[in-house]
Amino acid sequence: MPVKAAPVEVNIGPQHPSTHGVFRMVAKIDGERIVDVNMIVGYLHRSMEKLAEERTFTQNIPFTDRMDYLAAMSGNLGYCLSVEKLAGVEVPERAMYLRVIFAELQRVASHCMATGAFINDCGAWQTPVMWCFRDRERVLDLFEMTCGARLTTNYMRIGGVAFDIPDEFLPALDKLINDELPKAFEEYEELIVGNEIIMMRARDVGVVTPEVAINASLSGPLLRSAGIAWDLRKADPYCGYDRFKFDIPVGYNGDAYDRMVIRIEEMKQSLRIIRQAVADLPDGAHKTDIPLALRPPAGEAYSRVESPKGELGFYVVSDGGPAPYRWHVRAPSLINLSVLREMTIGQTISDAIVTLGSIDINVGELDR
Amino acid sequence: MPHPKTVTLSGEAVAARLRASQPEAVRSATEQYVVLEPAGMYEAMLFLRDDAELDGKFLIQLCSVDLHTRMDMVYHFASLAQNHMFQVKVPCDHEKPVVQSIAPLWAGAWLQEREVYDLMGVMFEGHPSLTRLFLWDSFPGHPLRKDFMSLPGGLKPGLSQFPKQKEGQTGQEFRPQRPGTGL
Amino acid sequence: MTMLLDLITGYWWDARDLSNMTRPLYEFLRDQGVSDAGIFVISALLGTLAIISFVGAVAIINIWVERRVVGRMQSRLGPNRLGPFGLLQPIADAIKLMQKEVLQPASAPGWIYTVAPIAFTVPGIAILAVIPWGRNMVLANLDVGLLYILGLSSLAVLSVFMAGYSSNNKYSLFGAMRVIAMLVSYEIPIVAGLLGIVLFAGSMNLQEIVLFQEEHWAFMIMLQPLAFLIYFFSISAELNRTPADIAEAESEIVGGYHTEYSGMKFGLFYAAELINAVAVSAIIATLFLGGWWTYKLDEFIPGWMLLIGKIYGVYFIFVWTRGTLPRFRIDQLLAFAWKWLTPMALINVIVVAAEVLLWNETGWSDWFWIPAIIAINTALCVGLIVFFVKVFAPKFQRFPTRPRFYPGIDVPSLPAVTPPDFARKGGPA
Repeated sequence: MPVKAAPVEVNIGPQHPSTHGVFRMVAKIDGERIVDVNMIVGYLHRSMEKLAEERTFTQNIPFTDRMDYLAAMSGNLGYCLSVEKLAGVEVPERAMYLRVIFAELQRVASHCMATGAFINDCGAWQTPVMWCFRDRERVLDLFEMTCGARLTTNYMRIGGVAFDIPDEFLPALDKLINDELPKAFEEYEELIVGNEIIMMRARDVGVVTPEVAINASLSGPLLRSAGIAWDLRKADPYCGYDRFKFDIPVGYNGDAYDRMVIRIEEMKQSLRIIRQAVADLPDGAHKTDIPLALRPPAGEAYSRVESPKGELGFYVVSDGGPAPYRWHVRAPSLINLSVLREMTIGQTISDAIVTLGSIDINVGELDR
Repeated sequence: MPHPKTVTLSGEAVAARLRASQPEAVRSATEQYVVLEPAGMYEAMLFLRDDAELDGKFLIQLCSVDLHTRMDMVYHFASLAQNHMFQVKVPCDHEKPVVQSIAPLWAGAWLQEREVYDLMGVMFEGHPSLTRLFLWDSFPGHPLRKDFMSLPGGLKPGLSQFPKQKEGQTGQEFRPQRPGTGL
Repeated sequence: MTMLLDLITGYWWDARDLSNMTRPLYEFLRDQGVSDAGIFVISALLGTLAIISFVGAVAIINIWVERRVVGRMQSRLGPNRLGPFGLLQPIADAIKLMQKEVLQPASAPGWIYTVAPIAFTVPGIAILAVIPWGRNMVLANLDVGLLYILGLSSLAVLSVFMAGYSSNNKYSLFGAMRVIAMLVSYEIPIVAGLLGIVLFAGSMNLQEIVLFQEEHWAFMIMLQPLAFLIYFFSISAELNRTPADIAEAESEIVGGYHTEYSGMKFGLFYAAELINAVAVSAIIATLFLGGWWTYKLDEFIPGWMLLIGKIYGVYFIFVWTRGTLPRFRIDQLLAFAWKWLTPMALINVIVVAAEVLLWNETGWSDWFWIPAIIAINTALCVGLIVFFVKVFAPKFQRFPTRPRFYPGIDVPSLPAVTPPDFARKGGPA
């Protein structure tokens, strides 16, 4: 005789070890199965879009650090590209290559973090996350060397980058991308990719079909895991990404495991891009001399980059004044969550945590 | 065959294609975007999504812009298969902004419409669960509106000039002089 | 050398067998006219004190060992500030935990909540009482030692349930429920796995089992490799250690049964977990690795030292698995117990029973039977594992583990779908 019991409501978050910040899911649970999920966000809402209306275009760049604080360079880049598009600013060649190098390094750092945290969500006792932190630290050391900051870099500027690279940067980068990181990726292969328990935990968990992925505006590894070869670096090349040879890793099944493997492969592809960019790095100015009091003409521009989380877009409206009239951020962390409810209903709590970890949200960007 | 680089369709082209099937739907069109009539926007959006040529199956983003006199809903659509994108705007009233929800058409609009409602106060007809997203339910007002918390003296928030800028200055005077660098 | 040995042999300072120390005491008490019963009580109290001191020392040391070893595996240093190599860190931790305020949920029923951590520490200590530390060194030489151990190790799970149930927290309740489900599943392979050893040794007395290994010049792990694997995995599930730490599953249910505990009550759980790990390591060392006996080595090194060495060897494997593997989901864990471990353990028991029967009936020399049994059981272990892997291979291998690579964008032309249910049907409440 089946026993009927009322579903229990469980708060997963905001203070929970694996909600990646202060994200909160209110799950209705029948036994271990989730029957309903309500997600509550906004614990980290700082209303950056409003704040940006009170600050000049250049002053807004640090906000983009603090949105996706694990991928500050990508945020900087996306915002600067949108303002450049609006104001018609040309970027020197060297600045473009430096932007590519740093955006790809940032992708490595962010994917390291995502992979490590995901394995932690699968229940590993901190070891993979510590290994991934180790490699992320190596990348952050390079950031510190260049711009003095590790996390909130504030490196890109409208019309280029803030500083040229120091002399010791290229040898350190060479050591990193040709020696340390490839070795680290081999370690990941041994520890993570072939791990049977991870396969059992992550295979067929949180499956997204390609139709739903497109319909729900997913982007980034989430979209690629569903079998859609879509990458803005290929589809809408910015910063001269069309000059570099790299591949888009695409999954078969759309499950959490595919997303994890795609992230690891993307890190390798990022190293490929960095190698080409370093080889072709031109001389010249690292920055266009733009008027400090930048007043873009009245109009609007939407510009997007492939951030580690997905498509990071900036919609900037100017009324000819010194500050953006309206500044909207298309935050991939928020929009990728559109399918969370559909994916988690019917799963156990354990799988829901794995699913959430595989989406790789960043609450700073989600709540802005 | 997809374009190698994303092509931004002009508003006129989208409008022409849309007028062929729904003549009433388009209010105006410019090079950048096409403005839809709010009344028939749901059907027009459905056409934009399902049309073989426009193929706007991917909703890139939606947001709204407060223009003091009216609200503009801004939608960016893309076709991943053909690699093009286009922009659609839907104007609505400033005081009581109501537009039709497209969450029944795009799952990705579900959270974004809640965000717009939360921060801009635009009501979406037909949205399955239109509640605040970031702010708590009793939060007074919608903070991204330009008339939210108007300053004493009727001042509007926003930056009309650079800080410390006086009458007649362009702002360029504040550039720090770096001797020798030429910058 | 011989002279030196003669000098210490049999006296209380002969540390090769700590029971020598009790002889002067025994003689002294007898001379004082204490009755045998009195002497028994006094010596039992002393022995208990020794075990409890050992446990206390082990709990302190193991915190350091675990953090240090795992730290090394995670390419970081671990505690290294306080004292030499950070050795005093556990003491500082303990002082901190004692100073902390113990928060108790207002809705938690008082005495169960308080008793649970204490009850959790008892089985680990009590198990160590029956472990033989040397030829004459065993505190309680129970004839049903193995049964006693099995009973006690299940008791720990009961106190975990008490803690989870009395905390009045949903996460704790989840932990408690998972623990009970796991106990029900894993008791069977544990008992069935250990049955083979009892069949071989013909006794449940742990000292007898060690003596059997000594007599036949073989560790039980050689005779019973499959039972060792089954027992190791099952007991790591009962110990709540990765890959089976679903009861406290930090990333899922925060802390499981000890979510609501703080201060020294939490400290007791933490310490008892380590004590239990050591107790289980001691069981494994005794049952499978020869206990204090190690191929004549115990004539040169005191047996209790060898046993402690073996205990820490096994404990290192526990720490190693914890530092390496992710966690199973609960249904996978239970399925593993019922579909894999239980049948394997039962087959193992049947084979062992047949072997023991033939051994006794044929009357052939042990020098034939021991190698034969080692060969048969190793083949059985490998064969069964390969067979189960082939037959019950998980379905996750349907898709390749490597992604495809596209040089450019490639999007199939997909039909437009209406959004999934949530967008139309009202979404979340």
